[in-house]
Amino acid sequence: MTLDGLTGVLLIPALSAGLLAALPGYRLSSRLNLLAAFLTFAMSVSLFVVEPTSGPYLLVDDLNKVFIVLTTFVAFTTSVFSASYIEHEIEIGRLKPGYVRFYHAMYQVLMFAMNLALVANNIGLMWVAIEIATLTTVLMVGIYRTHEALEAAWKYFILGSVGIALALFGTILVYMAARPVVGEGLDAMVWTVLVTQAAKFDPALLNVAFVFLLLGYGTKIGLAPLHAWLPDAHAEGPTPISAVLSGLLLNVALYALLRFKMLLALNPAALAPGPLMVTAGLLSCVFAAFMLYRRRDIKRMFAYSSIEHMGIIVFAFGMGGPLANFAGLLHMTMHSLTKSAIFFAVGHIAQVKGTQKIADMGGLTVTHPVLGWGLVLGVVAIAGLPPLGIFMSEFLVVSSTFSRAPWLVMILVFGILVALGALFLRLNTIAFGEPRGTSAPAEASYVPMFTHLAIVLMAGIYLPPPLVIGFQNVAKLLG
Amino acid sequence: MQGLTFDIAHMLAGSLVVVSFLQLYQDRLSALINIFALHALVLALSVAWQAFAQEAPHLYITAVIALIFKAIVIPVALRRIIVRLGIHREIEAVVGVGPAMLLGIGLVALSMVVMLRVTADADPLAREDLAFALSVVLLGLLMMVTRRNAVSQVVGFMSLENGLVLAATGAKGMPLVVEISVAFSVLIAFIVIGIFLFRIRERFDTVDMQELDRLRGERR
Repeated sequence: MTLDGLTGVLLIPALSAGLLAALPGYRLSSRLNLLAAFLTFAMSVSLFVVEPTSGPYLLVDDLNKVFIVLTTFVAFTTSVFSASYIEHEIEIGRLKPGYVRFYHAMYQVLMFAMNLALVANNIGLMWVAIEIATLTTVLMVGIYRTHEALEAAWKYFILGSVGIALALFGTILVYMAARPVVGEGLDAMVWTVLVTQAAKFDPALLNVAFVFLLLGYGTKIGLAPLHAWLPDAHAEGPTPISAVLSGLLLNVALYALLRFKMLLALNPAALAPGPLMVTAGLLSCVFAAFMLYRRRDIKRMFAYSSIEHMGIIVFAFGMGGPLANFAGLLHMTMHSLTKSAIFFAVGHIAQVKGTQKIADMGGLTVTHPVLGWGLVLGVVAIAGLPPLGIFMSEFLVVSSTFSRAPWLVMILVFGILVALGALFLRLNTIAFGEPRGTSAPAEASYVPMFTHLAIVLMAGIYLPPPLVIGFQNVAKLLG
Repeated sequence: MQGLTFDIAHMLAGSLVVVSFLQLYQDRLSALINIFALHALVLALSVAWQAFAQEAPHLYITAVIALIFKAIVIPVALRRIIVRLGIHREIEAVVGVGPAMLLGIGLVALSMVVMLRVTADADPLAREDLAFALSVVLLGLLMMVTRRNAVSQVVGFMSLENGLVLAATGAKGMPLVVEISVAFSVLIAFIVIGIFLFRIRERFDTVDMQELDRLRGERR
């Protein structure tokens, strides 16, 4: 087996997970973690230069390239943030060095699982990869071993497992639908084969399968009635994991759902998956927007904001068509970058203030100007104000769907505006006004946060043509 | 012969649904665990019969995993855990027998209506299996939502998972079945270890609203 981009994005995290599990000393292992994440990112970029051949188990196409590069990039910047975050956690004694070794190994296992889910050409393999990713994040959410953290991990575990179980039932049904056409055995679970034959599958079976897949993977995306695990898991785990959960793992589950949507779209007799996704998306967006008002915990608040944005993204993909898909992809990218930047800021803020309660922090722009203004910029971006990237992508979502479904878009815009109000209400308490809480100097790594925000700002002003063409190709693929 | 093969598969899958019903109204944890062991045993028999009927020897591995891991190891471990946690004598408030049965019957009817209608062209064995499997999955879900004790929620999850294994083995020639059942066993082992290590008794140890608010981080 030669080392190309495809094997690289899988082998590097897998090998470094083993290495990191064996190495003591958090300074060394956090650097190694960073190095491994960087190499994985480099490998994923090489996918654009040399495209490896796809086999029955692994696959690289235009769609998953976008996801892989985004995943490995955010994983890399998060590992930079994680290094300084973890150092501080050890200094204040919140994490024991033994747990840190475990944490770094798990970080790489998670990278491996997410990359595997993205490159899997087999619906069974993809399911197994998402299960591994769920398990590792459960372990990491509970790493502080406090009552709250275990509670959150348990809730995530049970709900995530039910979601995963329903997704497996859907996967089995897809196999059942494919079997009479493709024949027994491995071929009936391979994407590239399924896609060519999808038109001949039994539509009724596919419909039922999609409902299960939407419920199952929808739980992992955090869609509204199934989102209960998400805020707890974000609030109680280490902040780098909150960033990875919001920025990446939700996307991976979304990717799985999109693949199955493509399958259904190819079968003219099957039900249109769009309306189901549109409903789930709108519900999540509006529900999460209202929930934002009652939040007292800063990480919980941004977790609800993630639910809102996943709702917008699922709405855009549900509407479908090249333009809406383009907008959905752009919004997903922008949300990943912005939300992880916000969590980088929030992680350091919670560390300097020693709390996650919004009421106990205040006047951040005075006490910690760089962190404070970084957070302000991040919230301005996530709320969707111009000239940042999320404004651009939300504008595209709205404008590309308005002519087709004006009333639905009104609901969406209403949700976005409600969320904007809530975010600024809280931002006002945190960033401005009387300084509250401790004002210990921050030992933060600002580079990852401002890199992300700079990209988001740039994307809001000018999108480079190669990127636009790439996204357009993917949008066409999604149908 | 074909008729007999089908009848036995049908009977075993049907028994799994019946045992799922038995689980619904068990209010003592130790009784619940016994019934779960029976559930896993019926699953193992059913999978073994499918392996024989489909002439798919790799399915015997799944059957053996179900027998050893789920019918013996897990029940023994769970029984020890509930003794250690001191909840083996506890009587859990469950939904009454009547409503639970009615809800369960409703779910089974639902899965029959859905699955038998959409699989009209599939071969009868797979079709019945899938309908029964969906019933077991839904009954497992019902159990998870009606229980508050962590151990009985896990039992609910495991019986749900048994339904999935039944579905996967019923789908003739499906690859990765063994791998998936191993993946699930790992998942379950994690859950059981989790209960033991962190002494999780209920989703919320207390019904004190202020305590709940603290957990949700909503108190100032």
